[in-house]
Amino acid sequence: MSDRHIMTEEKPKAKLRRDIDENLKRVFDDAIEEEIPDRFKQLLAQLKAKEAGK
Amino acid sequence: MTYIDPSPLHERCENEPATGANPEAGTIADPRDELPDHIPALRAFAISLTRNGTEADDLVQETIMKAWSNFDKFKPGTELRAWLFTILRNTFFSSKRKTKREVSDPEGVHAGSLFEKPHHDGRLAMNEFSRAFDQLSAEHREVLILVGANGYSYQEAADMMGVAAGTAKSRASRARARLCEILGLGEGEGIVAEQSGATMAVLGLSGRQSG
Repeated sequence: MSDRHIMTEEKPKAKLRRDIDENLKRVFDDAIEEEIPDRFKQLLAQLKAKEAGK
Repeated sequence: MTYIDPSPLHERCENEPATGANPEAGTIADPRDELPDHIPALRAFAISLTRNGTEADDLVQETIMKAWSNFDKFKPGTELRAWLFTILRNTFFSSKRKTKREVSDPEGVHAGSLFEKPHHDGRLAMNEFSRAFDQLSAEHREVLILVGANGYSYQEAADMMGVAAGTAKSRASRARARLCEILGLGEGEGIVAEQSGATMAVLGLSGRQSG
């Protein structure tokens, strides 16, 4: 990356990066489901029970 | 990875009463109680890495079990999510190495499909973007999810990935460049630099490739 072009390129490049990050956030957020599947609730309950039984 | 035997050096005082000892310390409860709060993010991270819901949930299950039996290695005051992410990605990459179960040529599925031009408002179309994201290597998806989507610093991401900060940084910039390449966008050019999206999609690759 040459510093000479920074004046002309920084802006669009920063914007592109921001757009990419924004989309990455959406990809990530789309994969988030707030509801925890029963499978994991059960697993945690089992782990806790096992711990308490020690 | 050495997640197996809990170190006796940092053994917690299990018998110490959790209540009343220090009223200010009410929030410093067992970090394991916070585990459920991070499960949605763990699943999202697992999906980003595996691109497969079933595999992702298996990965999360393994992560929870490893975390649970190794909580004595968690350093209070550090970020629990980062610690959990580290376990998850280590589990993912080590099982990937073992089974050599590489994602079976995602290019084969998508290479022929034409990407739409970016929207006029400069935003990339979501479908287009996530298809491009799917085509990245797991290592590239990982670094972009950590740095781009979760806002971790290169140093933090590097710590999770077990590499130097400089490696994380160059990996992230290669991943971004690859993403732009797949999307037909020359890095350093604005997304809406061209009026003709079709032309841009074809010519985008001729955009300057910084080293």
